[in-house]
Amino acid sequence: MSNSQTKRHGDVQKERSMALQKELVGGHFDALGRAKEEGRKVVYTFVPGNLTELMRSFDLLPVLPEINALQSGMRKLSAGYISEAEKHGHSEDVCTYVKCDIGMLKKGNIGPTGKPIPAPDLLLLSYTGCFTFMKWFELLKQEYEGCPVAMLHVPYQADGQVHSHYRDYIVEQLRSEVIPKLEQVSGQAYDEDKLRSNLTLSAQAEDDLVWVLESAKNVPSPIDAYFGGVYYIGPIFGAFRGTQEGVDYYRTLRSEIEERLANKQGPITPDGELDEERYRLVIEGPPNWTSFREFWKMFYEEGAVVVASSYTKVGGLYDRGFRHDATRPLETLADYCLGCYTNLSLPARVDLLEDYVRDYSADGFMINSVKSCNSFSAGQLLMLRQLEERTGVPGGFIESDLVDPRYFSAANIKNRIESYLQMLEQKRGAAA
Amino acid sequence: MTPDLAQLVERVTHLYEDLHFQSVHDWKSEEPGRHAIGYMPIYVPRELVHAAGMLPVGILGGGDRLEIIRGDAYFQSYICHIPRSTIELALTQRLEALDGMLFPSICDVIRNLSGMWQMLFPERYVRYIDLPQNFDPAVGGTFWRQELDTLREDLGRIGGREIADLELRQSVVKYNENRRVLRQLYEARSERPWFFPTSEVYLVLRAGTVLPVEEHTKIVRRYLELAPLQDDRRDQDMSRVVLVGMFCEQPPLGLLITLERAGCWIVDDDLLLGLRWMSGDIPEDGDPLQNLAIAYLEQSAQTASVYQPEGRRGAWLVDSVQRNVAEGVIFCAPSFCDPALLEQPMLVAALEREGIPHTQFKYSENTGQFAVIREQAGTFSDSIRLWSEA
Repeated sequence: MSNSQTKRHGDVQKERSMALQKELVGGHFDALGRAKEEGRKVVYTFVPGNLTELMRSFDLLPVLPEINALQSGMRKLSAGYISEAEKHGHSEDVCTYVKCDIGMLKKGNIGPTGKPIPAPDLLLLSYTGCFTFMKWFELLKQEYEGCPVAMLHVPYQADGQVHSHYRDYIVEQLRSEVIPKLEQVSGQAYDEDKLRSNLTLSAQAEDDLVWVLESAKNVPSPIDAYFGGVYYIGPIFGAFRGTQEGVDYYRTLRSEIEERLANKQGPITPDGELDEERYRLVIEGPPNWTSFREFWKMFYEEGAVVVASSYTKVGGLYDRGFRHDATRPLETLADYCLGCYTNLSLPARVDLLEDYVRDYSADGFMINSVKSCNSFSAGQLLMLRQLEERTGVPGGFIESDLVDPRYFSAANIKNRIESYLQMLEQKRGAAA
Repeated sequence: MTPDLAQLVERVTHLYEDLHFQSVHDWKSEEPGRHAIGYMPIYVPRELVHAAGMLPVGILGGGDRLEIIRGDAYFQSYICHIPRSTIELALTQRLEALDGMLFPSICDVIRNLSGMWQMLFPERYVRYIDLPQNFDPAVGGTFWRQELDTLREDLGRIGGREIADLELRQSVVKYNENRRVLRQLYEARSERPWFFPTSEVYLVLRAGTVLPVEEHTKIVRRYLELAPLQDDRRDQDMSRVVLVGMFCEQPPLGLLITLERAGCWIVDDDLLLGLRWMSGDIPEDGDPLQNLAIAYLEQSAQTASVYQPEGRRGAWLVDSVQRNVAEGVIFCAPSFCDPALLEQPMLVAALEREGIPHTQFKYSENTGQFAVIREQAGTFSDSIRLWSEA
């Protein structure tokens, strides 16, 4: 197949939002590096179901082990960390995020800035959408003896609905389990006004994020909503939801995308701007991090643009209308946790993806099935069939892993992607 | 083996081998309007199903007796075996006797299987049983009570009548009785394992997943009477071990036989843990649904899928080793079983703090080759005996 052209602007085209994000993330890790000497307390927690606004209202600094793991993957460090964890008896069969994190810890817990990440003062175990989270923090609890754990059990939306007693259950846990432990660790009393103020900022950033993601409904799309999308969700899924910096980032990002849209520009890739959108795809599942750029290149070389993805909803599903609501602070946190993508039933996930295929005028959809994550992966083959039946659009299926490079077979994956896109091309030709 | 024990063993073996669930069909045909509700491991409140006049039926995959033809097309190679054989059972009409399925919150695979069931069999009742991970009666207890209320209403609707408190109390009595005899069986095996080989105990236990509870209790009682009468069963120079990791996908029977032949007396295990989930009796008077809810919070078995707010993981395993005078632990988990395999390093650490020997291997429900396992278990057993004598 002939490769699509990208316009090069230097080695990697940088926009203001990219620099801003780099500053935000760098600043956060610097703050973590100084936390102990400055007497600041650190809370480890997870992306789906994170309670950043609440933690920030106690002036606590969040650490997200999943983000550390994926960054280790991108920096080619995860293989060594996983190997270290396996040497300590962790099974080859289980989640590689967990093993990467444990291995990193065993090797000094050095963060992306080269400085050690401080030990947790609290493990905030938000049990949202993934059973493995519970085991992960039980394992960390063994490593950090004496560190308290606050468990937040979020019921699963098995029948596609949020029942009122689910919300009540979460709010009660926040009141009786989570907030008292945050108060204890921080030495500060719960301040609901402060929380409300943070939630107001969250909603502003969420509005802009949704606008950015939905800009992909345009043809051509000004963004790649998967490979580019993982950068766009970084601040809001990480430590910056409910902060002014987060609001500023999303305002900047939105203005850039507005400009791209006005100029009918395609997405920016690591090799520059994509000037020809040949295929519009929806992708289900997380990306591979160890060969992220190589993986992305397999798509943009062929002119394939991802216009919607489920992974960018894993830390919050905002494009179905949910916004953090400062008028009901604890209830809104409960609704947020309940609505994260992997907390949805399989039928609800299929419904969402079906809508994406139609709403974003996709030519096809693809599942990247990762070995590590049964929460995503179990049932994906049935999802593929259901989506094909419902939309009439052909699906593709590839397999890789999150951060274990042993499960990224570049030649096989490239071959599958190319074959899939060829099939889309033939289908298009036949239709014409 | 005496003829009456042989007859009992033959019956439970037949029930184990019957992948068409004929006994469930038979039970339903005895009286018009009867319903059967399937459930996956580990724990569901079977008392509620029973109180609705229905038969709870444990669905534990296809073991090593089911050829997987269609089920593999639904799961990637890195997902455990039980969901694919369970799908195979359903797609080959072997689960036609079931009027509904319950999927408890064990792991992400079983959770997602509940969604697959909704899509594949939209005409059937499906419920995900979201067990609480908060053990405060005012918080987790309230949530769980509401979940139980919903299940009670659903079952009442399927059965065409409301479940009365009195019926539920009577069901609690029956299941308390059943759990008591199972505790007796486990104690008897621990005291004299040569009379109660696990490969046989397992079949007796497993019958409880398909038979009405009253009938199962009688079978266990009868087995407790008959097994010690076998003159050919004598103590042998074998090691006493606890077996861990088999709470969901079940091992093939051949694996249990292999372990015994390799010189291991299994004196405790987590096989079919849901049948023995409560550590004591559930109160038989008062508000029966509230009693069920609180019992879950206060009397649940400790296993990988249950959060423990305080304390070290594995204390229960050390306790089991000590209580059963075991000499070692065999970790025997299904391949790709997230709960068991993520839990294992914590259990290993707990054992190592106490100096308790252990070994580990994995299986799949359809594992057919046991030579390596036999060699490993035999070596483990030998080493324990050598250390004990030193």
